[in-house]
Amino acid sequence: MDFQPLWDWFRVLHATSGIKLTIFYDAFDRARFFNGFLTSVRLMAVCLVASVAIGVVGAWIQGSRLRVLRLVTQGYIQFFRNTPPLVQLYFFYFALGSYLKITTGTGMSVPIVSSFTWAAICLSFYAGAFNVEIFRAGIEAVPRETLEAAESLGYSRLKAYVYVLLPLAFRISLPALNNNLVNLVKTTTIAYAIAVPEMLYVANQIWSDESNVPEMMNVLLVTYVSLVGALVYVMGRWERALRIPGYMPA
Amino acid sequence: MIQRTDLPVLKPFRLGAAEPFRFSAWHGVALVAALLVAVGIGEAQAAPGTPGIIATILKWTPLLAQGFALNIAMSFLAMAIGTAVGVPLGLAQISLLPPVRASSWFATQFFRNSPWLVLLFYCMLLLPFEVRVGDTIIPLPGWLKSTIGLSLPVMANVSELVRGAVRSIPYGQWEAAESLAMSRRQTLGMIILPQCVKRMTPPWMNLYAILTVATPLTSVVGVSEAMTLTGDILSSEARTDLLVPMYLYLLLWFFLYCYPIARATIALEKRFQVR
Amino acid sequence: MMVWTPDQPLVRLAEVHKSFGAITVLKGVSMAVMKGEVICIIGPSGSGKSTLLRCINALVPIQRGSILVEGQEVNDPKLDKLALRRKVGMVFQQYNLFPHKTALENVMMAPIHVLKRDRGQVEAEALALIRKVRLQGKEHAYPGELSGGQQQRIAIARSLAMNPDVMLFDEVTAALDPETVKDVLVTIRELAEDGMTCMIVTHEMGFAREVADQVYFTDGGVLVEHGPPKQFFASPRDPRTRQFLDQIL
Repeated sequence: MDFQPLWDWFRVLHATSGIKLTIFYDAFDRARFFNGFLTSVRLMAVCLVASVAIGVVGAWIQGSRLRVLRLVTQGYIQFFRNTPPLVQLYFFYFALGSYLKITTGTGMSVPIVSSFTWAAICLSFYAGAFNVEIFRAGIEAVPRETLEAAESLGYSRLKAYVYVLLPLAFRISLPALNNNLVNLVKTTTIAYAIAVPEMLYVANQIWSDESNVPEMMNVLLVTYVSLVGALVYVMGRWERALRIPGYMPA
Repeated sequence: MIQRTDLPVLKPFRLGAAEPFRFSAWHGVALVAALLVAVGIGEAQAAPGTPGIIATILKWTPLLAQGFALNIAMSFLAMAIGTAVGVPLGLAQISLLPPVRASSWFATQFFRNSPWLVLLFYCMLLLPFEVRVGDTIIPLPGWLKSTIGLSLPVMANVSELVRGAVRSIPYGQWEAAESLAMSRRQTLGMIILPQCVKRMTPPWMNLYAILTVATPLTSVVGVSEAMTLTGDILSSEARTDLLVPMYLYLLLWFFLYCYPIARATIALEKRFQVR
Repeated sequence: MMVWTPDQPLVRLAEVHKSFGAITVLKGVSMAVMKGEVICIIGPSGSGKSTLLRCINALVPIQRGSILVEGQEVNDPKLDKLALRRKVGMVFQQYNLFPHKTALENVMMAPIHVLKRDRGQVEAEALALIRKVRLQGKEHAYPGELSGGQQQRIAIARSLAMNPDVMLFDEVTAALDPETVKDVLVTIRELAEDGMTCMIVTHEMGFAREVADQVYFTDGGVLVEHGPPKQFFASPRDPRTRQFLDQIL
């Protein structure tokens, strides 16, 4: 489908009203912004999946009998929850990153881990810390008696966990989990600070080149709100589909 | 009539009720050991003749404290503005007039779904650098514009808090007040809202902690607070061995401020649960 | 609006229909309650008894029919709800006391803020009412510190403080332990003996037999039959009534 007439409309818009939306009519800016958008979406997706995985593993470790494991997990949670994510990011990228450099053939010192990867790691652990707490609270909301009933029906410990406890715990945690995931998606914008070429960073480049700050800011705001809003909508529908009838969460 | 049983179908969902991380002597030892290791690595890499890491950190502490004070000041101000605007917005969400309800819902959702950094950029770049009110000109310095930018998501979250708290009051309270011929305003003012205050306090404190750890975002838009100053210090010292300790130090400042708030929030939550 | 005189019914329902969406809860209910009369409404769960009471004090709107309280039509878009609710007092199954106020404050609140009466006078009357429901000494306790039966009696005192002309009781003992049920029933009986017009939805058949002037039986949103308690319980006319009484008694 030929979009050229659509792009030209924006060119005309600039000529008549002065609203400069080069991301539509200029091919280079269009490509830049689109790639930035894709990078943002990629970062969000990676962090969503990784943070949930970290949450599950962390909640499992927290149920361990070894006190030292429990304390280490608690320490990890409290560290990531009570410190600024931006400072965590700088710590990972600048401080830890300064040690992870290799010298190339030309003698230059090049970081092994890219900024995107650092951002993904840091944000996943940040959101993962909250997820551990959320999953733990969900598991603890299932009474011991329910597990006992399952076992007396013949389920093994593992099967009782998989078929009875975890589905229940997941449904109970879902509202808090959704809240946290939405916050995670919003927080991915801090990757700007370490020059990850996501949407905010690219928009900054564009408005520096084209001097169209208000237009770009508005586009950014609308795009982000729409992205997050879409996630909220999908999560909301999922939540409603998995709702336990008659259960009023405390 | 649904028969509710008091036998445990499901227990309450309690965040933060995990085994408390009580600071004991062992934790102190572990923390100091970690710092010493970091410092030790730094010292080992330091060129001879340069001052030690701890001495450098101590030298810069007063400056850092100033910057941190700005972070705290911004957090207080943004919280105050956000709450002051958020409470009426939350009450507007339960208004009986559909246009008021719809517009306040939209405003709340819009600012709840916006990334904080984007809002900061928006306010920094698009708010004027001074405002003319009548004859007086009020200058808007960068940190003030950032604070306004931070107060927007706070406002939206407070609005949601208020709405959620009002909805959590059992419907029987409304019925009882109405049966006693109280008007809607009397019901809200004397019965519903006073009961909401208790339930709103722990999440409100939690919001403040989130706000505080969000204040370093303002460094990205150019405000000279603790984060910016740390970067300035590191570039002026130009020592790679200072990177890890310095950032750890900054993290420690925030941790020591936020962790007590987190524990106080959990304690308050436990106390308000028993009614 | 006609001027009401005591020879006319205090509360009159005529062909009241009430639906919640697609579900019809009341299908043409008519009854008349005279001043000083005590009526008990019994019936299976879901038969519309609680909804009926809520229609009378306009907590819930009706779709069709007429409800007259002292000559004032309730099914009127221009109804002054607050004026109506000053005449009609209601006590709920879940007591619904205001948990952040003491028992005394709960009783005093409405007369002070709604009736705008003098505080000193209201306090004296409130203390007398609390004494009347036999809870003297508990004036400064919070609802959370009172038992279910005590809370219910304070709830009764709270409604009485408004000096209503008719009191509605919605299954007020259903949520109580059997030991405390008696205290509440005694309170209601004393109220009835003092001449208060009462409409009581209840499961307590023994209480209905003792206290009521008329017993009404509802089933499926319809008023099946009614009569004085002796005749009603001894020989019910309708088979549905007989079936219900057989299950209960």
